[in-house]
This record gives sequence, C-alpha cells and structure tokens, in this order.
Amino acid sequence: MKVVLQNLTKIFPSRDKKAGKEVVAVNDFTFEIPDGKLIGLLGPSGCGKSTTLYMISGLQKPTSGKIFFGDDDVTELSTENRGIGLVFQNYALYPHMTVKQNILFPLQNLKGKDKLSKEEMQKRAYEAAKLVQIDELMERKPSELSGGQQQRVAIARALVKMPRVLLLDEPLSNLDARLRLQTREEIRRIQKETGITTVFVTHDQEEAMSISDMIVVMKLGVVQQIGKPQEVYDDPTNLFVAKFLGTPPINVLEGKVKGGKVYIGEDAVLEVSGVADQDVVIGIRPEGFELDENGPLHCALSNVEIMGRDVSIVSTNPASVNPLIRSIINADNKVDLGSKTVRYSVKPHKFFLFNKETEERIRYEVK
Amino acid sequence: MVDNKQQWKAWLYLAPAIVLLLVFTVWPIFNTVRMAFLENYSGLKAAAGMQFEFGIGNFLKVVEYKRFIQCLKNTCILCVLTVPISTILALLIAVALNSIKFLQKGLQTIFFLPYVTNSIAIGMVFAAMFNIVGSFYGTENELIVTAGIINNVIEFFGGQHVNWINYGSTYEANMFVMVVYIVWNALPFKILVLLGGLQGINKQYYDAAKVDGTPRRRVFTHITVPLLSPMLAYVVITGFISGFKEYTSIVGIFGENMGPPDDAGRLNTMVGFIYDALETNSQGRASAAALILFAIILVVTLINNQVSKKRIHY
Repeated sequence: MKVVLQNLTKIFPSRDKKAGKEVVAVNDFTFEIPDGKLIGLLGPSGCGKSTTLYMISGLQKPTSGKIFFGDDDVTELSTENRGIGLVFQNYALYPHMTVKQNILFPLQNLKGKDKLSKEEMQKRAYEAAKLVQIDELMERKPSELSGGQQQRVAIARALVKMPRVLLLDEPLSNLDARLRLQTREEIRRIQKETGITTVFVTHDQEEAMSISDMIVVMKLGVVQQIGKPQEVYDDPTNLFVAKFLGTPPINVLEGKVKGGKVYIGEDAVLEVSGVADQDVVIGIRPEGFELDENGPLHCALSNVEIMGRDVSIVSTNPASVNPLIRSIINADNKVDLGSKTVRYSVKPHKFFLFNKETEERIRYEVK
Repeated sequence: MVDNKQQWKAWLYLAPAIVLLLVFTVWPIFNTVRMAFLENYSGLKAAAGMQFEFGIGNFLKVVEYKRFIQCLKNTCILCVLTVPISTILALLIAVALNSIKFLQKGLQTIFFLPYVTNSIAIGMVFAAMFNIVGSFYGTENELIVTAGIINNVIEFFGGQHVNWINYGSTYEANMFVMVVYIVWNALPFKILVLLGGLQGINKQYYDAAKVDGTPRRRVFTHITVPLLSPMLAYVVITGFISGFKEYTSIVGIFGENMGPPDDAGRLNTMVGFIYDALETNSQGRASAAALILFAIILVVTLINNQVSKKRIHY
C-alpha cells in the first residue's frame, strides 16, 4: 500500500493567547511513500516527524493537505478505519493484560463481517507472536518482560490485524545500545517478511540510515531532503542535512572560494570550477581526509585515538567551527605523534561547499 | 543504619511522636481490650476501688442485646447498599468529569462541596428536605402540611407524598433517606480519588485503544476500570470502614433519638450502641462492642484485600 502525503501541513494554535504565536509543526510536506518500503522520518526533536506520523495514523488531523492510502483519500477517515498499526514510543501495552490478551485485543474489537471466530483469533495471535518471536511469552504480563520483548509485543499487537500501514514512533529509543542494534535488525526483518509499508520516526540518524529504504530528513517542520540513506549521506542538499547525518559528525570549517580555489585560512585545499568567488562554509566528512606529507591543509595535531581498524586523528584548525577536527583514516597509516602539525589532502567527494547565508549546497566541479 | 552512638539522638527526635502515640493510641487500645475482658467493668465502680473478674461476659451480654442485633443489622444494610452505589456513581461522575474540558473545574468544586461541609449540618438540611410537615418532630395529631422539597417535587408530578422520617414513617423509608444521604456525603472523596487516578492514566493507552478501534464501552470496561482498580479498591475498603463507623449521619437526620419520634433507636448503629453503653457507664460492654466492630471491619478488609488481589493485576 503506497502512502501519499500531499501538501500536508499541521499548525498548532499557540497555548498562550497573548503571545499569539502559532507553531507550524509540519509545513507543506509532499511525499509518496512507495509500497512495501521502510521509511525513516529523521530529525531533531521538534522537527515535526512525530506529528507527521500521528497525522498518518489519524490521531491528529492535518490543518491542510491530504493523505492517501493507495488511491483512497483517508484524510477525513478516523484512526480506527484507516487500517493502521501503531507502535508507541513507550509501547503502551495494557499492563493488566497478558501478552496474549494484549495481542488479541485489537482482534476482539472487530465487528460485523470482520468478526473472527475464537480459534481464528488465537491462530492469528500466535502467528503474529511467532513472527516477532515471543510465542513463548504469551502468558506473561508486560511488567515481566524486558524492554526488547515489550517492543516485540507492541509490534505483534500492531501487526495482528494485518494493517495496511505500520507506524513506529521512536521504536528503539527505550532500549539499551545492544538491544537497539538487535531490534533494528528485527524490525527490518519483520518489515521484509510482511511487506507492509512501514514508517518510523527517529532522531537517531544511525538507526534511520541502517534499516531504512528511504529517509526523510526534517527540520522545524520543513522537509530538508528525501532519498536513500547512502545518497543523502553522500549528497546532502544543505549544511543541516550534512551535519545531521554521520558519526562522527562532519567537520565544518569556514573558508572562501577565490580564483577557482577553495581556501581554508591560507591553505588552498582544492581547485574547483563553476563557483563564484565568495565566503563559504566547508563540510568535510571524517573519512574525507588523507594523510599527505605534502598535503595542502595544515592542522595542529592534538591527539590520536586508536580504534583498531581505523585511527581517529583529532586536530585543530583556526577556521574550524567546532573546537576539534576529527578525521578517520586507515590504521595502516602511521601518524607521528611527536609532530606538532598534521597535513592532509582532501577527497573531493567527501568535501562539500555551502552558501554562508542560506547554508544551501554549492555544487562544484573538480578541476 | 544509624550507628550506636547516634541512636539516642534518633530516639530523642522520635520521642514527641512516640509519647503522643503511647498516650492516645497504644494505651487506649490496650485499655479497651482490658476492659472488654473484665466482667461488668464500669469506670465508676473501678474508681470506687472495685475489682473485676476476668471473663467474656461483656461479649455475651452485647450479643444477647436485641438492640445490638438491630444496630448490627442497620450498619450492615447501610454498608452493603451505600458502598457499591456510591462507588459506581463516583466512578461514572469521575469519568464524566475527566472527559469534559468546559466547566470541569467548576463542577469539580460543586462535587467537592459536601466534603468541606459539616455532616450534621448536611443532615439537618436533608431532614428538612425529606420532611412532610412544618416541624421536625411530628406527633400523631399534627396537621400534615407538605413542606419538604422532596415531597413537593413528588406532589408536583402528581404523586402521593411519602412519610420519610416523621412520626409513623416506615423503616424502609428511613433507610432510603439514610442511603441517599450517606451516598451523597461519600461521593466527593471518592470522586476526588478516582479523578486523580484517571488523570494519572497514560493517555497513550487510549490512543492505542483508538487505533485498535475499541468501542467506548469496551475502553471503559477493559482499560479504564482495570487501570483504575487500585484506586477503586482503596475507595471500596475505606468506604466499608467508614460505613461500619456510621453514626453522625443518623444523628444529623434523626437527632440523638436515632430513629423517628415513635421508634427511638430504630436506626441505631454499632458506634451508636457503643456510645449508649458508655452513657450508662458500662465501659466493659462498650469495649466489648468496640472489639466486635473492630473484628468485623478487620474481616471485611481482609476479604476486600483478597478480592482485590485477584482483580488488580499490576
């Protein structure tokens, strides 16, 4: 089931009447979610990603714009008639019911022609439980389960009525680091097995990048970029997206373009064409540096962190926006810890220029 | 753990509370038990230096009293009727209050008013409302003039006025008035507790129920009530306890007569019985009755606890 968002806008009236400032939580969001894909809505808190999810679920009504499931306009349809499964951030499992009762609950609500026999309900509940591998915990109460198990129960409860669209609100935020890795693989597997169009919300870019077919990066209610995770990472449209994706984060430096050369301080680090002379913001991915004895970029070496496969070189440069510049290079390269400066050359495809005012990407050609 | 050198300090700080508890709680409890098991104990006689034998005569006497059985019956009927009625009403009102935004605070205040009003005063107002004649104590020959607002309403709709509480009124009519009064009086506290409980329920459960298309009645019975069950249990247990201690409400409506003018003591309760015994200086009998009341409350509370253990799931 493809999901189409058409000029979706949500405006919350201000709580304080005197201040009178309304909040535009989601601004003119248009996107067609392809059938059977896993989509990650990504952004910092307050970017409107959860609001978007809740509008798709129907728990919140859009101020304007339309939502389609397939060809059906569901904008005016109430939540229960949309055929969605929703997994809440803290799961919202009914604490007084066993796992089985929790999973059965949505089925018992079905009425009329959808009504199922007791046996059918049991069968469906066990199928859903098996899918998320909790079929041995059916008689337990949510309080007797670990966070990861509760998460699975919540997913099973959302899946049991075979929704057209599965929505997950921050599905991994309540789990510890190890479970998070495991569960995100699990979500990916379940989504692949069921083939249900799935939208999930997260503020963790790693989470979104690792399992999504496509990610939507949002900021202050406005969609910044939509695309496959790798494409968005490799080709950010603006400084915000570049900064938001990637761990360690991209290094941001101030510089200028003059006569076809990009300068960081006095160092002409790259020759480019197709860019007018101007002050720019430069973003260099940590993996975009190469140790080079004759490299154009000079940085003051402050520390080297050994991480096994890679080493992370921490250095400083007066042009850097952040106090430290972090580069990741292959551990085969030996770094002279005694030297005061480290010299780099940069990889052009990991080296981005942004307009200083608008922070939009400036495309260039490498000479 | 406080180390030994510091312990005397801890005791010093606890001393005021301990002294007060010893004087006003521990000693009276101990003394009640003692008096109950001394044959025919009386404070006056004890003051005169009389000695009493140990025995269970006080208990036997209490149970043999016809009045005691009547008091026990009244108390039980009031409990059995008022606790469920007031709990269910309070639950419905709390849920209704919780689901409205407009006027919620104002209505909350109105529902809470009985709680801050003296129950004797409320009782007198109720007595006036359920009156059938101009004066409070009727006699056989008194001219019957409908004055109470309840009978006015009944007559307005073409009904026959009911002799609720006056001379010649029936036991059932008396009990009806008592139940209405006690329920009304018990509502505010229960509403307050249940409303607090409702507001503590995570809204996401309701969102989840909505996503699953749960009908409203099922949300109430399968989500709201179970999630509220700890509060409900609390309200029921305290309701039974205060029900068994019912006394002032009877005084409020019927005066110290504890019944209509032609049948004094008809509506007397367990606590009333204890007070009556004290008035005749029979502290032994009063103590025995108090212990019986305590035993009943204890058993009822234990049963309540057992039931709620099965019903409260988390």
